[in-house]
Amino acid sequence: MKVLLSWLREFTPVEGSPQGIADDLSDLGLAVEEMVTFAAAPAGIVVARVAGLRPHPDADRIQLVDVDAGDGQLRQVCCGAFNMAVGDLVPLATVGTTMPSGLEIGRRRMRGEVSEGMLCSAAELEMGADAEGIMVLPAGLELGDDLTAALGVAGDVLFDLEVNPNRPDALSVVGVARDLAARRGMPFELPEPQVETSGAPAGESTSVEIMAPDLCGRFSVRVLRNTSGARTPPLLARRLLALGMRPINFVVDLSNYVMLETGQPSHAFDADLVPGGALGVRRAVEGEQVETLDGAVRTLHAGDGVIVDSSDRAIGIAGVMGGASTEISAGTGAVLLEAAWWNPPDIARTSRRLGLRSEASARFEAGVDPEIAPWALERFAELAAPGGVALAPELVQAQGHLPPSPTVRVRTGRVNAILGTGLTPAEMRACLEPIGFGVSPAAAEPSPDLRSYSGETWDVTVPSWRPDTSTEIDVIEEVGRLWSYSRIARTAPKSPHPGGLTARQRARRGAHEVLAGFGLMEAMPLPFLAPGDLERCGLPADGITVTNPLVAEESVMRTSLRPGLLKAVAYNAARRQPGAALFEIGYVHAPADGELPAESDHLAVALSGHQAPAAAALWERLRRAMAVVPTEVRNEATAGMHPTRSAVLIAGGETVGVLGEIDPAVTEAFDIAERVAWLECDLGRLLESHLDDPRYSPPSRFPSSDIDLAFVIDDATPAADVESALRTAAGDTLVTLQLFDVFRDAERLGEGRRSVAWRLRLQAADRTLTDAEVGEIRTACIEAATTTGANLRD
Amino acid sequence: MAGGNALGVIRSLIGKLERDKPLVGRALSEAVAQIKAAADARSVELAEIMRRDLLEAERLDLTELHEAPPLGRLHVITQTQQRLEDVFCAMGYTVAEGPEIETEWHNFGALNFPPGHPARDMYDTLYVDHGPPGSTLLRTHTSPVQVRVMENQSPPLYVVAPGRCYRQDTADATHMPVFHQIEGLVVDDGITLGDLAGAIETFTTAYFGPGFTSRLRPSYFPFTEPSAEFDVQRPDGTWLELGGCGVVHPSVLEVCGVDPERWSGFAFGFGIDRLAMLRYGIGDLRDLWTNDVRFLEQF
Repeated sequence: MKVLLSWLREFTPVEGSPQGIADDLSDLGLAVEEMVTFAAAPAGIVVARVAGLRPHPDADRIQLVDVDAGDGQLRQVCCGAFNMAVGDLVPLATVGTTMPSGLEIGRRRMRGEVSEGMLCSAAELEMGADAEGIMVLPAGLELGDDLTAALGVAGDVLFDLEVNPNRPDALSVVGVARDLAARRGMPFELPEPQVETSGAPAGESTSVEIMAPDLCGRFSVRVLRNTSGARTPPLLARRLLALGMRPINFVVDLSNYVMLETGQPSHAFDADLVPGGALGVRRAVEGEQVETLDGAVRTLHAGDGVIVDSSDRAIGIAGVMGGASTEISAGTGAVLLEAAWWNPPDIARTSRRLGLRSEASARFEAGVDPEIAPWALERFAELAAPGGVALAPELVQAQGHLPPSPTVRVRTGRVNAILGTGLTPAEMRACLEPIGFGVSPAAAEPSPDLRSYSGETWDVTVPSWRPDTSTEIDVIEEVGRLWSYSRIARTAPKSPHPGGLTARQRARRGAHEVLAGFGLMEAMPLPFLAPGDLERCGLPADGITVTNPLVAEESVMRTSLRPGLLKAVAYNAARRQPGAALFEIGYVHAPADGELPAESDHLAVALSGHQAPAAAALWERLRRAMAVVPTEVRNEATAGMHPTRSAVLIAGGETVGVLGEIDPAVTEAFDIAERVAWLECDLGRLLESHLDDPRYSPPSRFPSSDIDLAFVIDDATPAADVESALRTAAGDTLVTLQLFDVFRDAERLGEGRRSVAWRLRLQAADRTLTDAEVGEIRTACIEAATTTGANLRD
Repeated sequence: MAGGNALGVIRSLIGKLERDKPLVGRALSEAVAQIKAAADARSVELAEIMRRDLLEAERLDLTELHEAPPLGRLHVITQTQQRLEDVFCAMGYTVAEGPEIETEWHNFGALNFPPGHPARDMYDTLYVDHGPPGSTLLRTHTSPVQVRVMENQSPPLYVVAPGRCYRQDTADATHMPVFHQIEGLVVDDGITLGDLAGAIETFTTAYFGPGFTSRLRPSYFPFTEPSAEFDVQRPDGTWLELGGCGVVHPSVLEVCGVDPERWSGFAFGFGIDRLAMLRYGIGDLRDLWTNDVRFLEQF
C-alpha cells in the first residue's frame, strides 16, 4: 500500500520528519518498505501539449512531434516514444535544460530533422520508474508552467507500506492516517463530503435487488449525470501518477482515487446500457458466461457472484471484474456508480479460480469496511462535482447480511498478563479509543471459567473497519501495538529444565563428527528427485510424488540418499575434482499405510575413486566409533550395487543398510568414470536402544599369549564365518582377533581358494594362561574353523 | 678379556713382591682406573659420533609437503544449526523434532489457519500424493513441531525445533524450494510478550555477539497474537529482518490440549540458511546445494 504524506495530512495534521513518520508507521505494524521524497524536476522542464504527430522521413523509430509550450509557437521535437496522442500534455525539456542524469539539452538534428528540446519519461525526470514511454501528464495543467510547480509533488513523501492480511483497514489512506494520528496523539477527522445534488432522485433511474444476501452485504448506487467530457481534477491525477497509477479517464481515476483513500472499490456502469437501471446480485449458475472488461469471455461456476440486469443477464463478476456490455466510454453521459460489500471468501475463491487479482478484489478478499460504502460514494460525488458532473439526489441501497459487529469482553489484568506491562485502564483506553474501539464497563460478570485478574472488566466495541478483531486477544494485541512493543520491558523467562540434547541427538551429532573425522565432507543434495533418478541408481521407482511441483526435477521425494550423492560426485568429477569423499545424514521418505509416509534418518557415504573394501573398512571404523546396535555384514547382491561386491548390514534380523561398490553401470549412467565405494544405512535403527554408556573392563595385569592360525578357505565361504567360529571357540580369554594376511596361489592352494591368517591374543583377567590352556584353545579353534570348511594351512 | 687376564697376571706378580706391595698395588689400581676412564670417554664419544652419523643419514626436508589426506568438514548449514542449538540449549531449551512430510492439520489447521484462510496464501505449499488430496504436504514451516510438542508433552515447555521446510518456489539467489528454519516454543505460567522480547534479545547477543540488539515490530501470523517481526540491529546501526514471533494464540493452545487460561507461551522462527549466508558472506543461496568440494572445504 502506497500513501503520500500530503494525502495523510488531509485527515490528520501530522508533522515532523518523514523518517520519524516512517519509524512510527513501522512500529505500528505498517512496515515501511520504501520511502521516496519527490525531488523537484530541473528548471527548464515545462508543461507542453502535443499539437501534432508526424513520421520522421528518414527513421522508423523516431517520430516528429509538434509541441505547444504556451508561448505562441510550435516546436518540433524528435521523439523515440509512441505512447502519446495529439492533445496529451507532456513534459518538455527545453533547450538549455540540464537533466538529472547530467545530459544537457541542446538544439540538435536527428537524421536531418531538427529537435528543439526533448520529451521526457518519468524515469528520465527521476519522478517514477516508468522508462518505457513519455510521461503523460494530467489534463488541466497550464501550458508552459514549470513542471514541478504544476504537479505540486516536490517535497511530498511516498511511503510504501507492507500491510498484513489482518489489517484491511490499512489498505487505505484513511486507515493509515487513523493509526498514525492515534500514535502521535493528533486529531483525526473523516470530514462529511459536501455534495450538491440536482435533477431527479436516483431512485427514478436505478433500482437494486440482492438475491444472494450471504454473498452481498450491501449494494449502494449513486447516479451521476453529465459525465461526458468531465476531466480528472489535476490534484487527483498527479497523486495517482505519483503512486504509479496512470490516469485513464475521469470515472476510472476517481474510482481509483476513492478506493485508495477509503479502501472501498467502486464500479461504474454506463447507465444507458443497463435497461431500466435495474441491477441485481445473485450467484451464478454452472457454466454461465460473461464477457469481462478485458474482452475475455469467462465461464463461471455455480456459486460465483454475478451482477445482473433486469433480464437476469450477468453483466459483471461480483467484486472481481466488471462486464464489457455496460462498460463506460468517452461518450457515456450517465453513470450508475456502485459500491458493495462482498463476503470475502466468495471473492477469494472466484478471483483465485479465474486468476483475476486486482486492487479491488484484494480489498474485498481482505474485508472492506462494511459501513464505508455510502461515505465513499459521497466522496466520489464531492470530487466529481467540480468537473461539471450532476449528482442525482439520494443513494439507492439494498442490504444483505453484513457481518455482526462484536462486543468483546476484555480483562485489563489479562492485557497486562499477556503483554508483560503494568498499564492502567486509562492508558489502555488511550490506546484503543483513538482507533475506533469503544470501551465501557462490562455489563455482566466475567465467566467463572476464566481466570480472574485484578483490574477492570470491559465490554469493548469493535469498529466496522476491523473485521480481524473479535476476541480478547485481538484487543490485547491492539493495546500492545498502539502502546508500542518497543516500550514493553524485556524480561527473560527461566526454564525450569536443564537444556541440552537428548542422547540420540548427541549420537546423531557424533555420527557427523566421526565421518568428518574420517576426512569426509558433508554434502547437502536437494531432497527432491526427477522421475527416473531412482531407476538410474538401480533402485525401485517407489518414491512419494509431489502433487504440484514447479518443475519435474522436484517431483519425487527421495527414498535413498544415493541419487543425490552420486549427482554430487558427478558434479565434482565434471569439474576436474575426482575422488570426492562425501557423506550425508538426512531424512528419506517411502510410501506407507499410516497417516504419514514413512520417514527415516539415513546416513550415506560415497568414496569416489575407491572400491568396495574401502566401504567395508569405513563401516567397521564407524561401527566401532559410534557403538551402534550389533550388526552383521553379509555378502549379498543388492539393487544398484556391484553384484559381486555388495553386502547388507543386518541388525535384529532386518536389513538396515548396504555397503560395497556402486554398480559400474550405475556410475556410468551418472557419467562417473571412477569406481565409487558406497555405504548407506538407517541411522535411526542403528542408534536404537544402544545409547547407554559402555561398561569399563580393566586391562589384565597378566601376560598374554598370541596364536597365529592360517586357513585355506573356499572363496564362497565368507571370512566372517570363520572368524565367528574362531571367536566362539576361543572363549572369554580372547582379547583381540585380527585378520592379518590373505593370499591366493592357485598352484599351492588350488583354484577358488585363498589363505587367510588370523592372530588371536589370549589373556585371562586373573592368572597367567598355561601352555596347556593355550594349546587347548588352539586345538578348539582349529576344529571350529574346520566345521566352516576351512583347513589349517601347513 | 685379554686385558682382564693381563691384569690378573700383574696382580699375581704384585702378590709375589716382598716389599712395597701396597704401594705398587695402589699405583696399579690408579693406572687401571685412568685407562678405564679414558676408554669410557672414548666409547661415549664414539657412540655420539655413530648416533650423529645415523641421524644425519635420516635428515628430512620438512617443507617438502606431500598431499595430505583431505580434511573432513561439516556442511555450513549443519554447523550453523548446531551453533544455534547450542545457544538455545545453554538458555535451558531442549531440541524437538517433527516430520518433514506433515499432515495439513499440523501444518495449518491446528495453527489457526482454517481452510480457505487467506493467510494460507502466504505459503506456497507443496502437497504430496498420500491419503486424500490435500491432506499431506511438505511442511512449509517448522511450526507444526510446536503442535506436536504440545500434544505430547506438558508445560512448562522450552524447546527449539530446527529442520527442513519446503515451498513451491523457483530456485534463485535468494529462494529455494527447500530451506532450513529453527522454531522456538516456550509455554509456562505467566509468559508475556515482554518475555518473548527478552528471550530474543538474549539469543541475539549470544549468537551474534555484543553490540547486537533486537526489536519487535507488530506483524501477523494466524498462530500467534500479538504477533511480531523481529529485527536485529548490527553495531553499525543497520537492521536485519530476521524472523517472525509472537505470543502463542489461545486457540492454538486449546487445540493442542493446553489450557490458555492456565498457561501462556511464545513462539518464534527464523531461517538458518540466511544466517549462514550472512555469517560467511555467501551471496547465492543455490551455492549451499551444489556440493562442489571447493564450496564444502571452505567451512
